[in-house]
Amino acid sequence: MSARRLAQDSLQPASFKFNAANAKWARETIRRYPKGRQASAVIPLLMRAQDQDGWVTKASIETMADMLNMPYIRVLEVATFYTQFQLQPVGTKAHIQVCGTTPCMLRGAGDLIAVCKKKISQQPFETNEDGTLSWEEVECQGACVNAPMIMVFKDTYEDLSADRLEEIIDAFQSGEGDKIKPGTQIERINSAPFGGLTALTTDPNVKKAQSSGRSNNTSKVATAKSTSRAGSTKPVKAAPVANLDDKNRPKSIEKPKQADDLKLISGVGPKLEGVLHTLGIYTFSQIAGWKKAEREWVDIYLKFKGRIERDLWIKQAKALARGGREEYVKVFGKEPR
Amino acid sequence: MLQDKDRIFTNIYGIHERSLKGAIARGQWDGTKGFVDQGRDWIIDQIKGSGLRGRGGAGFPTGLKWSFMPKESDGRPSYLVVNADESEPGTCKDRDIMRHDPHILVEGCLIAGFAMGAHHCYIYVRGEFVREREALQRAIDECYEAGLIGKGNKHGWDYDIVVHHGAGAYICGEETALLESLEGKKGQPRLKPPFPANVGLYGCPTTVNNVESIAVTPTILRRGSSWFNAFGAERNSGTKLFSISGHVERPCTVEEAMSIPFRELIETHCGGIRGGWDNLLAVIPGGSSVRCVPGADIVDCPMDFDSLMAHKSGLGTAAVIVMDKSTDIVRAIARLAYFYKHESCGQCTPCREGTGWMWRVLTRMVDGRAEKKEIDMLLEVSKQVEGHTICALGDAAAWPVQGLITHFRGEIERRIDEYSYRSTSDGAVSDKVLEAAE
Repeated sequence: MSARRLAQDSLQPASFKFNAANAKWARETIRRYPKGRQASAVIPLLMRAQDQDGWVTKASIETMADMLNMPYIRVLEVATFYTQFQLQPVGTKAHIQVCGTTPCMLRGAGDLIAVCKKKISQQPFETNEDGTLSWEEVECQGACVNAPMIMVFKDTYEDLSADRLEEIIDAFQSGEGDKIKPGTQIERINSAPFGGLTALTTDPNVKKAQSSGRSNNTSKVATAKSTSRAGSTKPVKAAPVANLDDKNRPKSIEKPKQADDLKLISGVGPKLEGVLHTLGIYTFSQIAGWKKAEREWVDIYLKFKGRIERDLWIKQAKALARGGREEYVKVFGKEPR
Repeated sequence: MLQDKDRIFTNIYGIHERSLKGAIARGQWDGTKGFVDQGRDWIIDQIKGSGLRGRGGAGFPTGLKWSFMPKESDGRPSYLVVNADESEPGTCKDRDIMRHDPHILVEGCLIAGFAMGAHHCYIYVRGEFVREREALQRAIDECYEAGLIGKGNKHGWDYDIVVHHGAGAYICGEETALLESLEGKKGQPRLKPPFPANVGLYGCPTTVNNVESIAVTPTILRRGSSWFNAFGAERNSGTKLFSISGHVERPCTVEEAMSIPFRELIETHCGGIRGGWDNLLAVIPGGSSVRCVPGADIVDCPMDFDSLMAHKSGLGTAAVIVMDKSTDIVRAIARLAYFYKHESCGQCTPCREGTGWMWRVLTRMVDGRAEKKEIDMLLEVSKQVEGHTICALGDAAAWPVQGLITHFRGEIERRIDEYSYRSTSDGAVSDKVLEAAE
């Protein structure tokens, strides 16, 4: 924890008063909590006071305590405990909060801090000469996949480089901070990977047929409780059936003298092994050689919903076919079971 | 790889409409009334059957947690509190849910609240998420207007949702500290028992759930618990939002099936490790609070609770922090130690004093300004912090340090050797001596 104290008396204004709009907002906010529990509103109110004056003054703490019927010390405790409350004046045009925690540090937060030291002041919380800018290093701001990042008042600026930060600081200094678009500063969609989507590439809007299928399912039918719900809900189209004469059925063989122990594949138990034997599947190399269509056929036949892919059967079978247990350990780093 | 049709968060990147209209077009708020009509026991059974484990880090079964709430009120109201105080370093999944897909969370709040007999819900958003809070409030306002929540709503279960916020304290992600904070106090954790399900917010029965745990429930009910259960290894079911940061080519947040092997996750979505797989040094797989795992151990490890537990680490919040060989691993962990020192609430002595102590020793070890016996001393102190505090922050502070010593003791020793090798009889501040000599 860090010891935080109020600013010295010479900096403290004599009184605090919410402006009309904030006073109205404060009354509404207090009403959102149960009767007698108005103390719950202390953090939102203090934050609004900070938004209005730029920092939390002693007078504002006392005013909040009076408004919420709390002892002064309780509000003082809250103001000093929570680190988002600035207890001394910060830069009037911008207070740059640089995230310095490990995920940002790994992507170059140190360079950003160096920029702040160079352009604003050597010490955190110290304003520059004209009192317009200040900076501090803060703990994780929760934008780690867009590291490194800074926060200025209510907005974050992400995927920064030192040069870009200099531009942003200059913009705030000249009063044009609102012209910088918040969020990522590179060609990227929010938290999606840079360079193009790897997921959510299809249209997520559901078709009519699908939603009618769903409402059947949610209606209060006695059988809905007892039967598996997934079967009726998941497939958009009718559940595909695997035909034994299908051309995609993997080729079966006669039982060889030395059949492989298919149970070594993680995901195959004695029961499944039996089923595979009935399909004429006895060796690892057979499984390793399945093509996509064949995998899909087996998947549907076994009603697996993609388990073959998820459990990496092919990769497992390839390793086992190539070099048995030893090769498996090399590839997967563990013994087959 | 998980297919788009099996993804729960269909607008996690904010590409599509964020309004109620857009959410409904994506299939949200569909059949919600039907779930409420089937009763709270049915909902809890479905969630239990789905195998959903809490997404906030500890992985406690969500359905079981809900079932702890009293069935009959003794006159006190019940509360649902949603923990949106997402502050674990590396984690940024809830942020995307709130700013881009908030309706699925609001719908989840109604369903979860109904399942535990609560008419009131508080969503505690971390103070730094200002825009996220605004987006969430907009979604809630829309739902009030459309009669989806509020008094006398379409679902026949009066329901109020209040968005509350904190002011920058990591500890408020701990459920009882969060409740304290919500009551307008310092966020210092409470002793348990009594557990929140008996005595929680304002002394009333309360359940605290992570944003993601709540937000996945409507889809589980719509598509069936066995659909959800089909993903991932046994006891680790479902899909999960992973946020991958650090030294990968393309960091991102992505929803994937649980138990996806680490290599596949990184190859599919992040374009591999910066500088290739041979350049991988270590991974912190579950947010800063878990032990790091050396690269070689994790490449083929399934990303789920139990598999990572086997490596003495954990899935945590599935915030994967990747470090390549350019990383100063001691400094990286020392920075985490500073984080915990900064965020300790100061209530329990082992944590308040221990976190600062560990940080100071680690800072010396970054330069090698330490003695080798101090490595064991550091380990010993971390064990004295672990398990001796009211909440888990003490454990969370100790584990990264323990992970470092377990896997990178050699590196710390090398630095100590190097430092003492360069030192002179005048003193150990060798850098200055060397500089002067030059």
